Amino acid sequence: MTDPSEKSMKTSVTAKSHSEATAEAGMPWRPPTPKPPSRGAAPPRRQNDIADPIVLARNVDLFYGQTQALHDISLDFPRHEVTALIGPSGCGKSTFLRCLNRMNDLIDSVRTTGAIEFDGEDINDKTVDVIELRRKVGMVFQKPTPFPKSIYENVAYGLRIAGIRQKGVLDEVVERSLRRAALWEEVRERLHESALGLSGGQHQRLCIARAIAVNPEIILMDEPCSALDPRSTTRIEDLIGELRGEYTIIIVTHNMQQAARVSDWTAFLYEGVLVEFGPTNKIFTKPEKKETEDYITGRFG
Amino acid sequence: MSHQRRPVGFWGQGEPLVWATGAALALTLALTGLLLLVVLANGLTVFWPHALVEVQLADGRTLLGEEVDRERDPETDEPRVKYKTGNRELGEPFVWVDADQIVATRYPDDAFKLDRVANLNYYGYLQEVVMPGLDVAVGDTKQQRLTAAIAEARETYAREVAPLVAQEATVARQLNDQIKYVLMELEYRRRQYLLEGLQADAPQVLALDEHIEELKKQEGRLKDTSHKWTINRLGVEEALRKKVAVFVDASGRQSRIALVDIVRFVCPNRMTVREKVGHYMAKLWELVSANPREANQDGGLFPAIFGTVLMVFLMAISCFPLGVLAGIYLGEYAKEGPLVRLVRIAVNNLAGIPSIVYGIFGLGFFVYICGGYLDQVFYPARLDASEPVFGQPCILWASLTLGLLTIPVVIVSTEEALRTIPRGVSEGSYALGGTKLQTLWRVLLPMASPGIMTGFILAMARAAGEVAPLMITGAVKSAPVPVEGSFPYIHLERQFMHLGFHIFDISCKAPNVEAVKPMVYVTTLLLLAIVLTMTSLAIWLRNRMRKRFQVRAM
Repeated sequence: MTDPSEKSMKTSVTAKSHSEATAEAGMPWRPPTPKPPSRGAAPPRRQNDIADPIVLARNVDLFYGQTQALHDISLDFPRHEVTALIGPSGCGKSTFLRCLNRMNDLIDSVRTTGAIEFDGEDINDKTVDVIELRRKVGMVFQKPTPFPKSIYENVAYGLRIAGIRQKGVLDEVVERSLRRAALWEEVRERLHESALGLSGGQHQRLCIARAIAVNPEIILMDEPCSALDPRSTTRIEDLIGELRGEYTIIIVTHNMQQAARVSDWTAFLYEGVLVEFGPTNKIFTKPEKKETEDYITGRFG
Repeated sequence: MSHQRRPVGFWGQGEPLVWATGAALALTLALTGLLLLVVLANGLTVFWPHALVEVQLADGRTLLGEEVDRERDPETDEPRVKYKTGNRELGEPFVWVDADQIVATRYPDDAFKLDRVANLNYYGYLQEVVMPGLDVAVGDTKQQRLTAAIAEARETYAREVAPLVAQEATVARQLNDQIKYVLMELEYRRRQYLLEGLQADAPQVLALDEHIEELKKQEGRLKDTSHKWTINRLGVEEALRKKVAVFVDASGRQSRIALVDIVRFVCPNRMTVREKVGHYMAKLWELVSANPREANQDGGLFPAIFGTVLMVFLMAISCFPLGVLAGIYLGEYAKEGPLVRLVRIAVNNLAGIPSIVYGIFGLGFFVYICGGYLDQVFYPARLDASEPVFGQPCILWASLTLGLLTIPVVIVSTEEALRTIPRGVSEGSYALGGTKLQTLWRVLLPMASPGIMTGFILAMARAAGEVAPLMITGAVKSAPVPVEGSFPYIHLERQFMHLGFHIFDISCKAPNVEAVKPMVYVTTLLLLAIVLTMTSLAIWLRNRMRKRFQVRAM
């Protein structure tokens, strides 16, 4: 695990957030009952000290119309480390992830409350330019979604829509991003061919390259390997390992081993509630909550 | 396993359903095939020079013509044969003959079939060529002599008559554009002055009067010139018409046919296959390049082809952008709700409204309201003289009416095409900081383009075949190509010919239905060919787009 202390001097936000730490008792474990947990029984908001968080989520509630999907989630994401969000299907991890770059704005019926601070600024504030935010918080989706353009244009897309036209700059960024995404050697000969001709694993690395190209601070990954074969999965995981330290990565995964392999921190969500958050090795070896243990050991989910 | 599965029976296997679906498809295909076969078989053979047969009848008559049909008489159940004997000015051009009346048939080598400027075909034997000016005795056969004589007569026509015709046309155009409409304008202004309270001796009115007087003099002079030219032309033509070819028909009646009236002649019984193919090609070329003759029953269809294509083109220009924009709004911007659902239902139903209703709407809205307004603003004088410019059925309004008719198809297909794009693709663009417009323009529209094209193809195919709304918004039986060599080149305010309307017109309104039957088949074939060409072009384009923008299922 990387040492977060080198960044800790820079922000004063952290000090404030530390003080909010509470330690409420977790609710007793109930086997798969569909009843959503009540708000009062919310799990502890802070279980670990994060020295230099890049994103702070505070009491985030989210509703799809009348249905509440997220219940009072408070979570800090450490800078330049990998955080994994795990939990059974439908527990709200993807929904939560999509809050971080306001992708949920695209769905009409979604309403959120609470605050999400990115470098000290509430991203839901009226003054925040959502375009700018999404440029800083990149995203990789479950299904690779290359655009029907050439490989080159796919990677350059983010820059082009930001108004960058100089060929020199574009060439350089495309090459650097593809190298960073470990795809350069495979596609350097056919940069101007359609991206749709690549394989599934290459598609996903292309999407990562595309996300890196705009030089974001955070990369959100929504089950990036779930549609890939094991070999491609390994490559993506290796890639995540290489990108850590330069980018903050938040990854949603179904795959416990994957979370254990790639992440520094792990948050376990269940039915829209944050059950436990802590260093990955601790979550996977000595979880504090019984639900976490049950889930990790495969007793349900 | 204690539970035993009940065996699935014959019906449960679903075999009959497979047969039913297959049969339904086969039936549809067979019917379509039959339709195409009938059109092709009848349409493609029209121009082939069929053998000419001379028939001796029991009552002593002799016929010369082509055998066109053979059937059993529905009343007597006797076999009978139909011959096309042409020579309309001499008698019935089609004759039914009972088979047992036929004494003898022969295929004379020297039988001629003529295409004439007027009165359709003539069948007969060439007796002599009367051409006082033809001093050189070219060739030895009558046929070659006739060829030479016709060539010479045509040359004379081109040398002596054609320039006069051109002059007349120029003068007529001058009379129309430079005198008639200007006069109309001036007289309108004069009336306006008087209405505004100016006296008839006010300086402006007097100036106008002077101008009008001047123009009227000019008009008189031009009319005189035109008249002189006409007389001159008639004289030359009269002389040219003295050069005739004398033919006799099967029963020995003589006909003197002016050489300039003969479009072409063939002797089918002695033609080689190569000559027949050449003749076929010549007729085909005439069909697509020449003007119609003899009330559309003969000659070419160029104005109709041009009118059809131009109309579809204008229709596309008018409906495509509008439909795509509306589709984008419905698919991307409109917030889902009862109102949007209502609009969607309305748009879908719009496609099902009978086309004649659109025609009536086009007549009321485009022709009378829009056209009337345009005329009021830009051509008040001509409106006053009840000679409206845009306030009458014309190709512009016909195209717009068809555009309106096809817009629902474009809207629906655009919306559908946008909707079928996986959500992830647009999210991918948003996640990179793309705005709605950028996402739409750079990602969604290219991906939707094949689907949009599909709708466009459907729209085009429908527009090209639609006739009912055109009949009341601008298509007419006969009109010149609405294009001219001088500004403004394309006259959208003119009426036009249309292949579909042409089919309707000649098949339902021709004096002799038998005579136009081949023409109907040919026109149908041509219309099908044009629609097919245009849609194939669009399909080719769509497939190229599809290759570029197709998203593979993953």
